[in-house]
Amino acid sequence: MYRYSDWDETFVRARVAEFSDQVERRLTGALSEDEFRPLRLMNGLYLQLHAYMLRVAVPYGTLSARQMRALAEISEKWDRGYGHFTTRQNIQFNWPKLEDVPAILSALADVEMHAIQTSGNCIRNVTTDPFAGAAADEVADPRPYAELIRQWSTDHPEFQFLPRKFKIAITGSAEDRAVIRAHDIGLRLVERDGALGFEVIVGGGLGRTPILGEVIRDFLPEADLLPYLEAVVSVYNGLGRRDNKYKARIKITVQENGIEAYRAATEARFAELRPLFGGADRAALAEIAAQFAPPAFAARDAGAFDAAYAADPVFRAWADTNLNPHIRADHAIVTVSLKAHGQAPGDASAVQMRLLADLAEEFGHGELRISQYQNVVLPHVARADLPALYARLKAAGLATANVGLVSDIIACPGLDFCALATARSIPVAQAIALHFDALKLEHEIGELELKISGCINACAHHHIGHIGILGLDRAGVENYQITLGGDPVAPSARLGDRMGPGFSAEDLIPALERLLLAYLDLRTDRSERFIDTYRRLGAEPFRAALYQTEAKANAA
Amino acid sequence: MARAFQPKVLTANHLRSGAVVWRTVDGRWSADPREAELLTDEADAEVLLLKAQGEALEVIGPYLAEARPGLQGPELVHIRERLRATGPSAGLRVTQLEAL
Ligand code: SF4
Repeated sequence: MYRYSDWDETFVRARVAEFSDQVERRLTGALSEDEFRPLRLMNGLYLQLHAYMLRVAVPYGTLSARQMRALAEISEKWDRGYGHFTTRQNIQFNWPKLEDVPAILSALADVEMHAIQTSGNCIRNVTTDPFAGAAADEVADPRPYAELIRQWSTDHPEFQFLPRKFKIAITGSAEDRAVIRAHDIGLRLVERDGALGFEVIVGGGLGRTPILGEVIRDFLPEADLLPYLEAVVSVYNGLGRRDNKYKARIKITVQENGIEAYRAATEARFAELRPLFGGADRAALAEIAAQFAPPAFAARDAGAFDAAYAADPVFRAWADTNLNPHIRADHAIVTVSLKAHGQAPGDASAVQMRLLADLAEEFGHGELRISQYQNVVLPHVARADLPALYARLKAAGLATANVGLVSDIIACPGLDFCALATARSIPVAQAIALHFDALKLEHEIGELELKISGCINACAHHHIGHIGILGLDRAGVENYQITLGGDPVAPSARLGDRMGPGFSAEDLIPALERLLLAYLDLRTDRSERFIDTYRRLGAEPFRAALYQTEAKANAA
Repeated sequence: MARAFQPKVLTANHLRSGAVVWRTVDGRWSADPREAELLTDEADAEVLLLKAQGEALEVIGPYLAEARPGLQGPELVHIRERLRATGPSAGLRVTQLEAL
């Protein structure tokens, strides 16, 4: 894992000292709230409905056991004993006091963490595949590039006041687990004629104008990554609409100018920038890459796993949903669900965080990941250790076998926390999970992505959920609008289709039940996922199930 | 004809703790919305809001929220305000809150 250089350490400590001074001046009245607000946002400190909220970057979703323990300690010492993991691989503390924030930032710096660039119109924390460096289907590990991008973008003088926030996601796998088409820039490592490069996607984003990104370069030699990124962002910095907040994201810039014109401007800028990089970025990458060397794996006999898998149906159910193939056949990638039925998606208590840190040390080379699905991943576990790991998770209530199923819901904080929300999302997610658990239907239904956003900003990516739910405010009453058929996974990524009128909170769950029972009737067999059936049949039969109307006969 | 003024309460977040507070009849900031002063006169409400905006060392983001008279004090009209008053309605945080 990456360790801070002296430069990183000095930079982060200097920011803590600077912000501590700013907090002091705010508390004594030397700074007004108007002056202080942009300063606190630059350090990840928001004001939410009930309290301040501190958003801490988990760089490209990777945590060491030591860092996870520090997060647990922070949550106990200065918050309410839990943290909330987000869809951007960050962690949010919901109850810090302003005067404690300098101490929290200092405790984070002790473990090489910070809250810089988790807010504001800058390049945000780079996200990546939570299985990076472990996935069997990986072309190359994207994390060294993610770290390179972090170093390049941190305090980049040209990019501190972009027209709007800017999000980059990067994956090294054929299967896209980083939602690259829903980002301002999406990067996918590809191999061509033995050379490594990137497919570069630009102009994706959800929110009030959902757009999937388009390919701007189908093969960029990996050595050209930084000058090319700098060119893309630089063109945006010049062309982006600063006159209208709702038209300021790069997706609109690309749409307004057209991808051809945007590509031409980028290539021209790239030609200017490329010679200026002069190899420093290559030297930096080589140093970074050495720090992401794989752990020292030991060959292990997986017999214990096979025996437990054959003997214990409960273990088997968990193994079937929560494991993914590892680069080594005798290892597995373990996803620990933070979606126990009835729990708030993505919340972890300090006790759970500590246990996960312990388990990572005992069974997983001390490494943890935070996934875009708001779960925790142990990327390197020997299959032989899985029964013991499972037993420990189970004792702590962390062995829910629901990864990828209907109760593995992505839900944003919604009106329970978020100052921008129009409706609640967490209680809706809890109710849905409990309902389908009680019906004992979720394993029967199989793979399903359900995502709930509490307002049009779409932090839970509802547009690309197989089932997306958007909470709105209709004359003071929460109302939930359904979209169907979205798919987050490039290259087949697709925005969902909006169904008809929204549902009240009470009517929503019966409607979802009708929808999923209809799917069970309509699918060819168990191997046809909800999204596949939807693609085959279109919206009509599902709309009919939602609204209890007769399905129109399929046009001949 | 001008629309009748909807009664309001004055609310904000406490600067140091971030906690939700309401303005009381005797000019304090209280954590209990039932103690809030129900403002039935638009001009009075605006004056109080301006005054609160000057109290930058105590509260941030003051604004007026719709309320109506109730048996135990003002009742907040919008669900957003009711949630601000009660705290989050669900999840881990609820048990955590009770544990405090
Ligand atoms: S989608 Fe809306 S309610 Fe949910 S976290 Fe984002 S801004 Fe807040």
